[in-house]
Amino acid sequence: MGQIIQYIQSYLGSDQTPGAAGNMFWVLVYIMLVFTGLSVAVIAMNWLERKILAHMQVRLGPMRVGPHGLLQPIADAIKLLLKEDIMPAEADGLIFWVAPFVVVLAAFTTFVVVPFGPTHAITDMNIGILFMLGVSSLSVLGIVMAGWASNSHYPLIGALRSSAQMVSYEVAMGLAVVSAVLMTSLNAEGTGTLSMIGIVQAQQAQGEWFIFKFFPLGLIAFFIFAVAMVAETNRAPFDLAEAESELTAGFHTEYSGFRWSLFFLAEYSAMIAVSSIAVTLWLGGWLRPFPNLLSGTPWEQIFSVFPGVTFLFFAAMCFYNTVRMPKHPLFRVQTIGLAGFGVVLGLIGLILFVPAVSVRIQDIFWFAAKVSGFMYMYIWYRGTFPRYRFDQLMQMGWKVLLPMGLGVLILTAGVALLQPMIWHP
Amino acid sequence: MTEHNSSLSHLDLETPEKPFLDANELVINMGPQHPATHGVLRVILRLDGEKVLGLECVIGYLHRGVEKIGEHRTYTMFNPYVDRMDYVAAVSNGLGYCETVEKLLNVEAPPRAQYVRVILTELNRIASHQLWLGTHALDIGAITPLFYTFRDREEILKIYEKYCGARLTTHAFRIGGLQYETYTGFEKEVKNFLDFFRPKIDEYEELLTTNRIWVERTKNVGAISAQDCIALGVTGPVLRASGVKWDLRKAQPYANYKNFDFDIPIGQNGDTYDRYLVRMAEMRQSVRILDQAVGAIPEGPIMAKVPKVMKPTAGEVYHSIEAPKGELGYFIVSDGSTQPYRVRVRPPSFVNLQALDLMCRGQLVADVIAVIGTLDIVLGEVDR
Repeated sequence: MGQIIQYIQSYLGSDQTPGAAGNMFWVLVYIMLVFTGLSVAVIAMNWLERKILAHMQVRLGPMRVGPHGLLQPIADAIKLLLKEDIMPAEADGLIFWVAPFVVVLAAFTTFVVVPFGPTHAITDMNIGILFMLGVSSLSVLGIVMAGWASNSHYPLIGALRSSAQMVSYEVAMGLAVVSAVLMTSLNAEGTGTLSMIGIVQAQQAQGEWFIFKFFPLGLIAFFIFAVAMVAETNRAPFDLAEAESELTAGFHTEYSGFRWSLFFLAEYSAMIAVSSIAVTLWLGGWLRPFPNLLSGTPWEQIFSVFPGVTFLFFAAMCFYNTVRMPKHPLFRVQTIGLAGFGVVLGLIGLILFVPAVSVRIQDIFWFAAKVSGFMYMYIWYRGTFPRYRFDQLMQMGWKVLLPMGLGVLILTAGVALLQPMIWHP
Repeated sequence: MTEHNSSLSHLDLETPEKPFLDANELVINMGPQHPATHGVLRVILRLDGEKVLGLECVIGYLHRGVEKIGEHRTYTMFNPYVDRMDYVAAVSNGLGYCETVEKLLNVEAPPRAQYVRVILTELNRIASHQLWLGTHALDIGAITPLFYTFRDREEILKIYEKYCGARLTTHAFRIGGLQYETYTGFEKEVKNFLDFFRPKIDEYEELLTTNRIWVERTKNVGAISAQDCIALGVTGPVLRASGVKWDLRKAQPYANYKNFDFDIPIGQNGDTYDRYLVRMAEMRQSVRILDQAVGAIPEGPIMAKVPKVMKPTAGEVYHSIEAPKGELGYFIVSDGSTQPYRVRVRPPSFVNLQALDLMCRGQLVADVIAVIGTLDIVLGEVDR
């Protein structure tokens, strides 16, 4: 017993990720935390997408289940779990059964290396970014399996589209990633890194997020990635694989209930995963804005209240809407619920003001804030853009993004090579 | 029987199933339950990968026998039925029917009724185009315009509701004029709507006209030449987008359209983008007509002298109007009794739909959706 406690305690105070420290207990704890956090994020994203999209489209969105539809995702989840599990008679049973799991597995496994903070990651691999790209592209296997096993025309076309799309956009994506990785090697030793944590630390050391590095090269690489990641996750305007108006629902036409919800879960966690890559590579990962420019104690203190203030703002929004609730007995439960939710958010906000907590939560907060910025962009795209046609999508991938990626890579390499000669003779 | 087979033969539907991996062609059945076939249109697509080799429309899923019903109703009783054909532009259907019967009876609606008819019909044209824009954009993947157009269409429907109590199948007109006098403030409300609606057209255009993806999805998609349009009998905005300046409101002025000053917008390439532009311009022209009509409604009776029991002299008549979707014609044969001997409708949607195969050949599956949307078909009118 004492040994176990000692084993658990041995990690505390370490400046490594639990995976790198090799402490299985904390690895498991982190996995549970990431898994739970991700599920909560997907649920929140579900509600936010419907609400934000609704407000873009001059409607209210879910309003009935819970105050302002806050319980809608939970109601949906229960509905999906209770639904009959249908498998088409002509389907290839085993593959049909396995496909959703492959997709979910691919989407969730990527989070092993996502760095929420310098030590807040399940593990730190020296090939982190390669691992992430590799595993996330596995999901296309699941999609093809789903399309094939459904034994139906629409899913098959959806799956074919999806695989062609992912393969072509991965190339441009890879080139953009390489140009960011190149930038990590601009240090005294001239050695770069593929480790996700290493990449963020390189940005910290160089005092510049890679999006601003070699302006506009970093920005262009980021732009290429930002387009490719939308295509990679099959989201609007590249949602050809599940184009509702053309292929009914694409590769998951034949899926229902829990299996369908797995695809849903995978789609949203894949969105969060690729956004994490973009944040890590170009937007300084867990670093707060202007870590070097606005350094020093006063600025540290100012930035340390941000998490608390954010939650207090959410709480204030809840209270504002509580006041606006109709004064009618039928709305009493909803009003109390919304006020209660506001109180919970407010308490979280107050707790985040405690210095001991805020120091530990800073990294995760800034990382999550940046990722949610990307999530908002996803919703915004969906509300604004029509859908690309398949050949136009391919044209965009191969004729626009790929040459751009190559050009940026060569230019970045050139500038990286010449920079020491010009600026440090 | 052989005829029937030959019409389908180019689709090669009769060939036995080949092993799947050897198949170069994929026959896909799209509809009648499909989110983008605007109701119950069934399209059998023959595909090579994603490329359309040919397609066959299967219609009739919404057949209600409207024409046959016409033979068993008096002229007055049949009037509400025509609203159910193109339920998106019910007022235009009613106008066409009433004018045809008036032509048969040799009566003319009084000027006041004419003006109100033009106002309601042009409002209807805007409403129909709004619905087309929303669903067409939705088919192409832009989900937001749908809600904007429906929000604004609501204002038109409110005017209808106030005028005659119904919002969709209005039954607004009667043979010989109008049943109801306009309500107090009718003109003011229409004017308010015009002021409200003018910036909204810009809002729609802002979302789509210069949207790169929208332009790429619609330019050179489903192009059809003026010759083909004329050969197939295609009318309406589809014909005008191909560059033919043919609008029945100008070509054979009916009602009192000759009193109004408006332009006929035409396109050049006859592609989906041009059809989009033409319809957007038509909405602006409708606003222009309404602007002129609203202040100018003359005083006077709203109903011409029409016999209570209508017994037109034996004979036949064809009359057509420019409905939002194209030429809407009625052919009525009278045998001198209270009921028509035969009612035949020439619906624009049905005729325009025949161009689908021609417009889609060589295009991709996604374009079929875009073309179905741009043809602006209403299956209630296609099948009747």
